[in-house]
Amino acid sequence: MATTKSKKKAAPKKKKAASKELTAEEIRHADDREVGVGRAGDIPREKLMDWYRQMVLIRKFEQACSEQYQLGKIGGFLHLYIGQEAIAVGSIAARGDNDHVITAYRDHGHALAVGSETGPVMAELMGKVTGVSGGRGGSMHLCDVPRRFWGGYAVVGGHVPLGAGIALAEQYKGTDGAVLCYMGDGSTNIGYFHESLNLAKVWNLPVVWIVENNQYGMGTAVDRASATPEMVTKASGYDMEAHVVDGMSVCDVYWKTTDALARVRAGEGPQFLEMITYRFEGHSMGDPLRYRSKEEVVKWRDDDPLGVIEKRLIEQESCTQEELDAIDDQVDAEVEAAVKFADESPEPGLDTLYDNIFVPQ
Amino acid sequence: MAKRITMRQALSDALREEMLRDENVFIMGEEIGVWGGTYAVTRGFYDEFGEKRVRDTPISEMAIGGAATGAAMNGLRPVAEFMTINFAFVAFDAIINHAAKVHYMFNGNIKCPVVFRAPGGGGRQLGATHSHTPDVIFAHFPGLRVVSPATPYDAKGMLKSAIRSDDPVMFIEHATLYQERGEVPEEEYLVPLDKSDKKRDGSDVTIVTYAQGLPISMEAADKLSKEGIEVEIIDLRSLQPLDLTLAVESFKKTNKAVVVEEGHGTYGIGAEIVAQIQEKAFDYLDAPIKRVAQKQAPLPYARELEQSALINADRVVAAVKEVL
Repeated sequence: MATTKSKKKAAPKKKKAASKELTAEEIRHADDREVGVGRAGDIPREKLMDWYRQMVLIRKFEQACSEQYQLGKIGGFLHLYIGQEAIAVGSIAARGDNDHVITAYRDHGHALAVGSETGPVMAELMGKVTGVSGGRGGSMHLCDVPRRFWGGYAVVGGHVPLGAGIALAEQYKGTDGAVLCYMGDGSTNIGYFHESLNLAKVWNLPVVWIVENNQYGMGTAVDRASATPEMVTKASGYDMEAHVVDGMSVCDVYWKTTDALARVRAGEGPQFLEMITYRFEGHSMGDPLRYRSKEEVVKWRDDDPLGVIEKRLIEQESCTQEELDAIDDQVDAEVEAAVKFADESPEPGLDTLYDNIFVPQ
Repeated sequence: MAKRITMRQALSDALREEMLRDENVFIMGEEIGVWGGTYAVTRGFYDEFGEKRVRDTPISEMAIGGAATGAAMNGLRPVAEFMTINFAFVAFDAIINHAAKVHYMFNGNIKCPVVFRAPGGGGRQLGATHSHTPDVIFAHFPGLRVVSPATPYDAKGMLKSAIRSDDPVMFIEHATLYQERGEVPEEEYLVPLDKSDKKRDGSDVTIVTYAQGLPISMEAADKLSKEGIEVEIIDLRSLQPLDLTLAVESFKKTNKAVVVEEGHGTYGIGAEIVAQIQEKAFDYLDAPIKRVAQKQAPLPYARELEQSALINADRVVAAVKEVL
């Protein structure tokens, strides 16, 4: 149990995990990804199939982004979510009707997981007027406010207090809404992180901090940048319940997020989840990858979150390869249509440069 | 009916009235609650409104700037106070990269109706790090309204407008003006956030100024008037957006101008105004436009040394005589 504090009042618990909670180190070196997903049996088959579809969609969408970038149709910076799909999909599946999502710049996965349409997301990356941010934001600034996705933010840590503020508004209005605020391991070293965790605890804000520990802040390994390589221990300084999550297991992500949200709604205050994962591609396009070995990448690719859920579907849900292939084909068509939609969309008019600087008085 | 009150009282009245009017308005910041505000603007608020709406924060400017921004995005109308504008530097990223950008960057899908109140200014022997007048830095960027009133009337009407605005507003208060008294109507009124105002009529020289520059310019005007020189004074009130309509109109009449600002002159507000006046009224120019501003040194502690770096009426008088 990596809990940093034993709570007097326990939140209503779902069925307890069959296996014990693993440490970050154990998850990093796990040979068998079935551990940590012991409650998968509670999840209906169609739900698992839908998560698989979403994860495949993110994977194939990101691969298409890479291609479009190389064709010169996507500009600026492009940060791919490949390898981390289980986190956005599993945690967003756990959110309730009034819960919010905010994240950093590696934000395509979160946008797709909240249900943003692939066409407008791809159009945003291509700087088109039909994009989710009208072509003004780009890859790092997707948003979908009707789906309570407040955006991707490109200054490391800058969105963390925004997440606290969004949570404050829910608490102030007296709703049961909470915020899932995602960040990378790198952002746990910036002042924003510490000030926001402290404020959230002092004000008992309804927020779940989700650290997607993909082992590197750009090219600097966690243990070269952080006083502790275990992100989860950072929450203890703010008297916050914290758990380690197998970020390669969509089921583990789902249950731990579900439990954390239940504790928030039981009035236990902000929660902290460290999700262990790995970024299969570079930090952004053009990353020379000098900071890690090929062997390391190969080792982590064995733990591909898509492979983990695929195995579960086949072995425990008697899912056939044909069923999975059908999903893959459907996703291929959707991504292809998204690229076509983006390609055919117009760019924003040059006469719109000054739109939306201020709200019309 | 009007009453004569201090700017401190005017700001306090504006906050109280808006909190009574709109449940979504709340205040947050360091020592604004139990303490009553380090400049006593929010004295009594904690007892009147309670801790939900009067929120003492830790000393965490990054979190204050960011959390107020997030709360505004999600439907509230926070008035976040930085104890001094010097501390707002710590929150610069939250203000400039987030509060001022989300509406544009997300194509109008997000609004950010936050007000950042920040007292500032020099002349109080607080040393180099606590005496800045950095208004121009905040006014440099599109997306953030920056205002700084000089009278109780403007302070009250503009703070109410700022709270009702759907845009983020940097509301800069010069701390030495808190004691200034002026007439304020009993009945409700608003002052627009983007309009300059003529504060004195004259025909010889136009003075363009704002905030602490206003009382100094008024004092200079009285001295000059005794010598038969009549200056016209335009109070900018807002730095972003910048309304030079009245200033240019006045300049076309006087053909001479002096810009008075408390901040440093280098790359200052005066530089922008001089550039725009010559662009808009070059043919009316009879003399180089002079700038009166803070000298280009960090403000020292020693009283006389500090005063020597700041603007004062004598410097304004001398500048007006130079352009005559």
